[in-house]
Amino acid sequence: MASISPDNHGLRLVTRYAVLTLVAVIFVFPLLFMVMSSLKPDTQLLNDTSSLRAFLPVGDISLDNYSAAFERAPIGAFVLNSVLITGATVLLTLFVCSLAAFSFVFLDWSGKAVIFSILLATLIIPYETIFIPLLLMASQLPWIGGDGFEIGWLNTYRVQIIPFIADGLTIFLFVQFFRDLPRELIEASRVEGASWWLIYRRIVMPLSGPVIATAAILKFLFMYNQYLWPLMVVQDESIRPVMVGLGYFTDQLNVPWGEVMAYLTLITVPVLAFYLSLQRVFISSVASTGVKG
Amino acid sequence: MKLKLALMTAFGAFALGSAVSAQTELSLWYHGAGSANAEEALVNELVEEFNASQSDWVVSIETFPQLAYNDSVGAAALAGELPDILDVDGPVMPNWAWANYMQPLGIDEATLEGYLPGTIGRWDGEVYSVGLWDAAVAIMTRRSTLEAYDIRVPTLEEPWTGEEFTQALMTIRDSGDFEYPLDLGMAWTGEWYPYAFSPFLQSFGGDIVDRETYQTAEDVLNGDEAIAFAEWWQMLFEENLVPGTSQDAADRETGLVNGNYAMSWNGNWAALPVVEAFGEDALFLPAPDFGNGPTIGAGSWQFGISATSEHPEGARAFIEFALQDRWFTAFSDGTGLLPPTASAAAETENYAEGGALEVFYDLSDEQALVRPVTPGYIVQARIFESMLADIANGADIFDELDAAVDEISRDIERNSGYGH
Repeated sequence: MASISPDNHGLRLVTRYAVLTLVAVIFVFPLLFMVMSSLKPDTQLLNDTSSLRAFLPVGDISLDNYSAAFERAPIGAFVLNSVLITGATVLLTLFVCSLAAFSFVFLDWSGKAVIFSILLATLIIPYETIFIPLLLMASQLPWIGGDGFEIGWLNTYRVQIIPFIADGLTIFLFVQFFRDLPRELIEASRVEGASWWLIYRRIVMPLSGPVIATAAILKFLFMYNQYLWPLMVVQDESIRPVMVGLGYFTDQLNVPWGEVMAYLTLITVPVLAFYLSLQRVFISSVASTGVKG
Repeated sequence: MKLKLALMTAFGAFALGSAVSAQTELSLWYHGAGSANAEEALVNELVEEFNASQSDWVVSIETFPQLAYNDSVGAAALAGELPDILDVDGPVMPNWAWANYMQPLGIDEATLEGYLPGTIGRWDGEVYSVGLWDAAVAIMTRRSTLEAYDIRVPTLEEPWTGEEFTQALMTIRDSGDFEYPLDLGMAWTGEWYPYAFSPFLQSFGGDIVDRETYQTAEDVLNGDEAIAFAEWWQMLFEENLVPGTSQDAADRETGLVNGNYAMSWNGNWAALPVVEAFGEDALFLPAPDFGNGPTIGAGSWQFGISATSEHPEGARAFIEFALQDRWFTAFSDGTGLLPPTASAAAETENYAEGGALEVFYDLSDEQALVRPVTPGYIVQARIFESMLADIANGADIFDELDAAVDEISRDIERNSGYGH
């Protein structure tokens, strides 16, 4: 058996760190470019793109793009709307989809396999292909709210949340994870007289941290990046999300790139904060389930 | 006495309440959210004044980012949620009228007499939209530049011929004094291409589509005139007379003023910085004549009434209220764009006699040609843009022209002739 000499070990360590640094640079540089560009006037920003200066806080640095961006669009309202829509959808998705997955894995009912296959088949259908029929449905759906009975969901928060709660991918993730949970635990609880609801709430969900984090992050990114759907169903500026707000920074001919970068920097903050808060659980989830985000 | 007073007060409050509640709400969609110019503020001012001017209607405005506006209107039309009043880009209007998003304005056409042609949107013999402003394009340069190279200053009456124009560009290029003799604005994409460049094709005698029938592009986009245009167009890039499709947006903005370019093909919205930089030396020249007359594009954003509006009379009242010289002047002074009437132009800062941009009004009046008035234009514009970019990048012109013609003809056929 060949032994590893200290020299070899050092070389490997250097190589590993070199590769990791390179990968980190590839991932960090776009973010760095965005933040640095948000601090520069347009002319300098465009000139700097041909050199490493694009990633450095050099030249005419100021927060002018940020104040101009706030003047151009109601950024606070857009971010708040996106956080509200995304947060509500993520929470409801986790609840509904985990319940559905629980049913698929632990309950016996006829047609389960067929329904699950159909559910999996929906994964290959891009959302965009069903947007038109969904739009027509949403415009005719009834609702009972503060103003009494009404027809049509357009121009509301609910039309941006409810259609995305039940989702095949999240159910699939939960099903995969639940299948690996020890069956003995569930069976023992049943023998002890625990209800399915109690088992779901007290045993299954507390053990499902990694898959909850994974599903939450994937759903968060999907919802936060929504553009086409809110564009089609929302006309009221006060309930628009951040991605539609990006349109405020382009007109027919000109793009104020500095302001665009400032806006992107601002709307990236909630995404980074959410990801960083769940990073550890997400990584452990990837390691245990093999799911890649 | 107290009882009488109380009754009178109650009656007064009731009457006031009735007057307020009698106002019918009209919705207006506007494309300029985030435009960061005076236009949005002026549209809001117009709405406020209209609301205060009468007691029948109250207009509420919803603004959209321009990038998303047309898609939002399309989705709302599908869902039956269109507003009462729409603003619509001139060349897009025929598509929306054909798709039944809009209804004819129903205003007395005599009101529109003397308006610049690009400010009136007609489809199928009826007026569907009207604009409070228009834009015009010119060759921007300096008198001293032309004099330095002994180049004739063209006029509206006697514009450059195609040969003169090309020769002027070559003379300037050969001097080596400029990075490029002409900036066409290749950094801008989208509607700029058909708006700014199809007039060259039309001046050669070709067009994007046959305007006689609107059923084909055969012969007009791949006939001898179109081939001559395409050869000239490709030559501009091969001979380094203009920057190519990779032109930097910043160079487009500042290249003329910074002295990188000798001339720039640009719109009146970009003219004031040129006047500020060059003063009396600034020149705004008419489009060259390539044989079929000099031409520039026309048609900007206009107001119209949606097909589903339950109160077209209210929407009409709002549009008629907007069609006043004082609003034309206010928009022109605020945005730098052209007012639609000569009487309004005479009252503006820039287009009045002796104004810095006076020449643009005459350019629009004399040379403007609206883009093809057909519902298929929105598809044809994209095909034309792609074709021009490919030819600029060295593609075979015959293949490109024929492919564009086939694509346009196929689209017309697929849409059963677009109602012509």
